[in-house]
Amino acid sequence: MAPALVVRDLGKRYGSVQALAGVDLEVAEGELVGLLGPNGAGKSTLVKIACGLVRPSSGRAEIFGRPAGSAPARASLGYLAELFRFPGWMSADEVLRLHQRLAGAGGGAQERGELLELVGLHEARDRKVEAMSKGMQQRLGIAQALVGPPRLLLLDEPTSALDPVGRRTVRELLETVRGRGIGVLLNSHLLSEVELVCDRVVIISRGRVAAAGRPEDLSRPRGVEVDTEGGLRSFPSAGRAEAPRLVAELVAAGELIYGVRVLETTLEETYLQAVGDQTA
Amino acid sequence: MRAIPLVAAYALQEALRRRVFAVVLVLTAAFLGLFWLGTRKAFEEADEFTGTTDVPVDIQTLTGATLFGLAMFATLFLGTVLAVFLTLGAVRGDAESGLLQPLVVRPLGRAAFVLARFGGAAAVCAVYVVLVFLGALLIVRAAGPWSPDRVLVPALELAFAVVVLTALSLLGSVFLSSTANGIAIFMVFGAGLVAGLLGQIGEAIDSETLVSVAERVAWVLPFEALYQDGLHRITQETRGFTQVALQLGPFGGAQAGSSSLPAWALVYLVGVLALAAVGFNRRDL
Repeated sequence: MAPALVVRDLGKRYGSVQALAGVDLEVAEGELVGLLGPNGAGKSTLVKIACGLVRPSSGRAEIFGRPAGSAPARASLGYLAELFRFPGWMSADEVLRLHQRLAGAGGGAQERGELLELVGLHEARDRKVEAMSKGMQQRLGIAQALVGPPRLLLLDEPTSALDPVGRRTVRELLETVRGRGIGVLLNSHLLSEVELVCDRVVIISRGRVAAAGRPEDLSRPRGVEVDTEGGLRSFPSAGRAEAPRLVAELVAAGELIYGVRVLETTLEETYLQAVGDQTA
Repeated sequence: MRAIPLVAAYALQEALRRRVFAVVLVLTAAFLGLFWLGTRKAFEEADEFTGTTDVPVDIQTLTGATLFGLAMFATLFLGTVLAVFLTLGAVRGDAESGLLQPLVVRPLGRAAFVLARFGGAAAVCAVYVVLVFLGALLIVRAAGPWSPDRVLVPALELAFAVVVLTALSLLGSVFLSSTANGIAIFMVFGAGLVAGLLGQIGEAIDSETLVSVAERVAWVLPFEALYQDGLHRITQETRGFTQVALQLGPFGGAQAGSSSLPAWALVYLVGVLALAAVGFNRRDL
């Protein structure tokens, strides 16, 4: 079985600007991969190439073994753009019905109802898009992307207009989607969100992959802190493995121990280390 | 291919919900109402004028043909306005506002999308033009004793001219912003009309250069040639001084198109749509 998304040596040039310069990336079925990077790093370009909106200058992108942009590839995916709009005169239900028909999905009213329920819009099914808040439109956008249902979901900043409750709803929804075996590529600026839900993280900087791996693999030891009667004692070069020995030595030296903390870099620190000071 | 009627229906539904058609109907009713008033008055005054001159001109024919020519020009203009507003932002405008991306990532194909947007707009414009043409015809027939020499072919040619303009507007929407496209299409429309008038002036003053320029423009912009041919056909059997008098006016004496005009216009239309599809296919969104 081919992976949901395979990107190999992908390059994209807009005039004199090199947006992507040889990116490799893979998303398996049922895997949730977070795409991180500063503004202008090439994340949205990568997602757009994957769904066929942008043509690559070099390299290749495949969806379930089919070239990105081909009809079979597009039939397998759901996409939410960073900047999107639905016709203001359409109701939530009409938007989903249109996309069902375009996708050739046979879920009918039941699927539409389930999707609106999933994104918390079941009471707004007949509300016109123009009467919806930005957050509601974004949730409708996610529901639209799930029409089909797709086998691969490409989400470009899906929570940018959502409040904390809305973001939690989306996190839960992503976990549900992953549970159904759908691969997800999540492009987001919110590191905490990515850290919470993603199986793997890919950090892109200046059009290249700067770091990739599981969130826990990307963190590095940053020392051990021991709370003693004499105050907080820090051991910056120690790791998790040295913690028992350090505690034993302190106890032997007559210290009373109240707590031990093994310190690790956060995803944010890893991110900042990977991208340096790059920002658009 | 199943997506073509779906996208065409979506575009029409949008026009309907946005009340584009309501505005068009009101403005068209206003135009036809004013045309009826003007035509009635013109025929009444033509009646009074008949017999007061020794020049053997059929005043009723001159009046009817000139007024109906004016109605054909107005119909072409209104049809063009409708075509432009239905298509001016169909690709780049909708892409810039984020409306297009969710649609074209679906497995319908960009060429099918272009064809669907064209089909929907062209059908509406063609039906509109034929209905307004017939409305103007009924008004002229009711107001005075004149009927055009040909009805069906001029109506179809006028509709075809607007269909060609619809395709040009759709092609423009692939490359230009909505505003730039609207301006460009109206300038092309104006250039075509000016070329047609130059041709008429060239005929009147026997200037081969002007006639040649007009003929070349007619090949480049066949909507103008179709309109001119339709205009020519409504008085194609008029002879004598009446014909001369008609030729001196802005809506008479139009040049007949060559026999290959319909075929050329069809090839041109297919070419414009193919260019639009290729341009859209190559465009990054």
